[in-house]
Amino acid sequence: MKRRDIIKGGLMLMATSTLASIYKPACSKTFVGGSGLWKAEPPPPLMVVDSSRLVYLTEAEAKLVGAVFDVLIPHDELGIGATEAGCVTFLDHQLAGPYGAAAKDYRLGPVVEGLPQQGPQSIATPAELYRTGLVELRHAAQAKFGKSFLDLSEDQKIDFMKGIETGDIPFETLKSNEFFSMLLQNVREGYLADPMYGGNRDMTGWKLIGFPGAIYDYRDWMVSQRGKKIDVEPVSLLSRA
Amino acid sequence: MNYKRPKADVVIIGLGWSGSTMAEELTRAGLNVVAIERGAWRDTTTSFPTTRNPDELSGSVRKDILQAPVTETYTVRNKANQTALPLRKFNNLTLGNNVGGAGTHWAGASWRWQAFDHQPYTRVMERYGAKQLVDGLILQDWGVTYDDLEPFYDRFEKIAGTSGTAGVINGAKQPGGNPFEGSRTSLYPTPALERTRANLLFSEAATRLGYHPFPVPSAMIGAPYTNALGLNLAPCTYCGYCQLYGCGNWSKSSPNICILPVLMQRPNFTVVTESEVIRINTTPDKKMATGVTFVDSNGNIGEQPADIVITATFTLDNTRLLLLSGISMPYDFASGQGVVGRGFTFQTLSWGFMFFENEYLNPFMNTGALATQIDDFNGDNFDHTGMGFIGGAGIQSLCNQGLPIGMAGLVPEGSPQWGKGWKQAFQKGYQNYAQIQGQGTNFAHREQFLDLDPTYKDRFGQPLLRITFDYNENDRRSGRFVRDKCVEIAREMGARQVWGDSFPDRPYSGYRLWDSSHVQGGVVMGEDPKTSVQNRYQQNWDIPNLFVIGASSFPNNAGYNPTIVVGATTLWTAKAIRDLYLRNPGPLVRV
Repeated sequence: MKRRDIIKGGLMLMATSTLASIYKPACSKTFVGGSGLWKAEPPPPLMVVDSSRLVYLTEAEAKLVGAVFDVLIPHDELGIGATEAGCVTFLDHQLAGPYGAAAKDYRLGPVVEGLPQQGPQSIATPAELYRTGLVELRHAAQAKFGKSFLDLSEDQKIDFMKGIETGDIPFETLKSNEFFSMLLQNVREGYLADPMYGGNRDMTGWKLIGFPGAIYDYRDWMVSQRGKKIDVEPVSLLSRA
Repeated sequence: MNYKRPKADVVIIGLGWSGSTMAEELTRAGLNVVAIERGAWRDTTTSFPTTRNPDELSGSVRKDILQAPVTETYTVRNKANQTALPLRKFNNLTLGNNVGGAGTHWAGASWRWQAFDHQPYTRVMERYGAKQLVDGLILQDWGVTYDDLEPFYDRFEKIAGTSGTAGVINGAKQPGGNPFEGSRTSLYPTPALERTRANLLFSEAATRLGYHPFPVPSAMIGAPYTNALGLNLAPCTYCGYCQLYGCGNWSKSSPNICILPVLMQRPNFTVVTESEVIRINTTPDKKMATGVTFVDSNGNIGEQPADIVITATFTLDNTRLLLLSGISMPYDFASGQGVVGRGFTFQTLSWGFMFFENEYLNPFMNTGALATQIDDFNGDNFDHTGMGFIGGAGIQSLCNQGLPIGMAGLVPEGSPQWGKGWKQAFQKGYQNYAQIQGQGTNFAHREQFLDLDPTYKDRFGQPLLRITFDYNENDRRSGRFVRDKCVEIAREMGARQVWGDSFPDRPYSGYRLWDSSHVQGGVVMGEDPKTSVQNRYQQNWDIPNLFVIGASSFPNNAGYNPTIVVGATTLWTAKAIRDLYLRNPGPLVRV
């Protein structure tokens, strides 16, 4: 039997009979040309998150982070605010998933603080950072105003969050300004990602800026609508029922 | 459990652009080829359906289809006396992680480099002399010229279906194209894409200033096209889910749509997926390569013996594999001796950012490489006498982003980043933001290099690659020059608010927003074994059956993107293997 014939048949043959092992990897796949077996795993199915219950945050954490999010993206004449848009639901599900677990990050040690241009070196996960960061935020508000963040006036909340943003109001176990950056990034994600992830209710974030959403072909408009206002009702991949 | 696969004629490590291009050439020549790929098998129809793909969160925000740092990362420092630390998250590095490699998600700018870029040493010495070089700069020719490569550029464009407007055909300038480009023997396979409003404003302003705008050649197919391998490609639809996404529309040149469907039909081709090569094996005297050792996704160690070993992983990993395998002499920064890891380059970016007052730029209608450029200040297209630097940049109106999460921070200077004021600023800014990118040269320097990190390890316990890089004085001078040109054009475009930035004015960081992912060198090709790892055919000087292909072979970066050059040099090497090496296995260049 010629080697070429073996390959054609899609069979694996040990190079020498002295090796006892047989080539049978379970996850690694071997695709032989012409075998007709070239099939990829389909991507995970699209799913709408279940907003009826919390999956990571506690009720108290959800309430606090919702109040913070509504300072960052408030309800006003341009549209609904972050909580109404579902940003807390969005965050809750993100923290329960691979993002919350920092599943893709390099998390081996040693952990050494470097120069600013070397980037964040902490190996704490977003889920962990929210758990400790929200406690810190609650304490910092209590220390500054003598009452809960939830009970502050709008102006007090804004001033307080400016102090967190700049780091002028410090935390004890993590950098308040880095926690702020994560809050701001996540609330924007919730407000502007596809509604299937739990936020951007009624595509409110997309309507704010005139973004058409999950449209895959603009050839008709590239020239005819160049430089013009396009009034289009946005579409999502999967709207919430 | 250890196992050994049957011996192949050729083993190729990595099935991205260079690996699949090489596999197509060598299987067509009748060789039995096995590719070992770290990522999973991906096919266009199943993996990137247009009904699933337009999702910014999983795409450009979470980067689901890209290489993750947990799989492999790199440590970085600016200077050799600092401690390198790992990139725990990737920001500007956007690397491929599946069959197709970075060719699946790339932005698609499809440049031939100029004659100067392949022979910078000769050209600079002829025109200016050594006094033009800042201290420590390393300049060397590739050993292969633009004229050598032209037929291979031509062939690769016809595989990719590149869209564009020719500027020079057989030495004659053509209207609408790039008057500075190397002479072509044929038109671009497909016509240039439509321009955006921002592209047109740029083009008009640049023309008024006396410059020469043209459409950037692109991987986004300009018209229905049957490529050189007989595969049918479809016109781009400007959906805007492009850079960092796979294209399910068969509209962005990639190994997945341009090559792999053909390879899949050839019984003399096999790919082993989800298996990472950890070492290139050699004979004890290191005179010949014998194959590769890999770890599969069960943690089993496999061996693939082969007569020819071709390393076609990402630039950085090509260098790392040679270092991990003890092949060729590592570069020693202190003595300046050694070659592996030497000649590492990045990209020098400068910017002009602008906000208009009452435009509708409709940024959501875009592609990854939808840009109009001038080359008046690129490469050696202008006289550098007395300027204290060499090189320059392609200066382009780049319309590659319109997705809302990515643009949420782009509000006019002085606007709040959150609260009621942000909502107002974002609503207006989204339609009024435009940018001019100066994508600049970076030349090798004795203080820019790659080696193995002494501390940090990957998931298998092998040392990570360490990057020692900061911009050099040549970059600082060229960057500021280019930034001022970007700002000049932005003002001429009539924007209300304009500001510029030259990245070399601050230390290099892997976390800078809008920075490049282009890295080159480390396993450079050249004319002298003392200053290059491989000869002009990308054949290792010490081990004649080892070829390391990709941008790791480039001794310098140009003011362009690297992919088409990767394709052309791969085809050039494939021809050398077919026509020269197989007939007479051994060194193709004798010193």
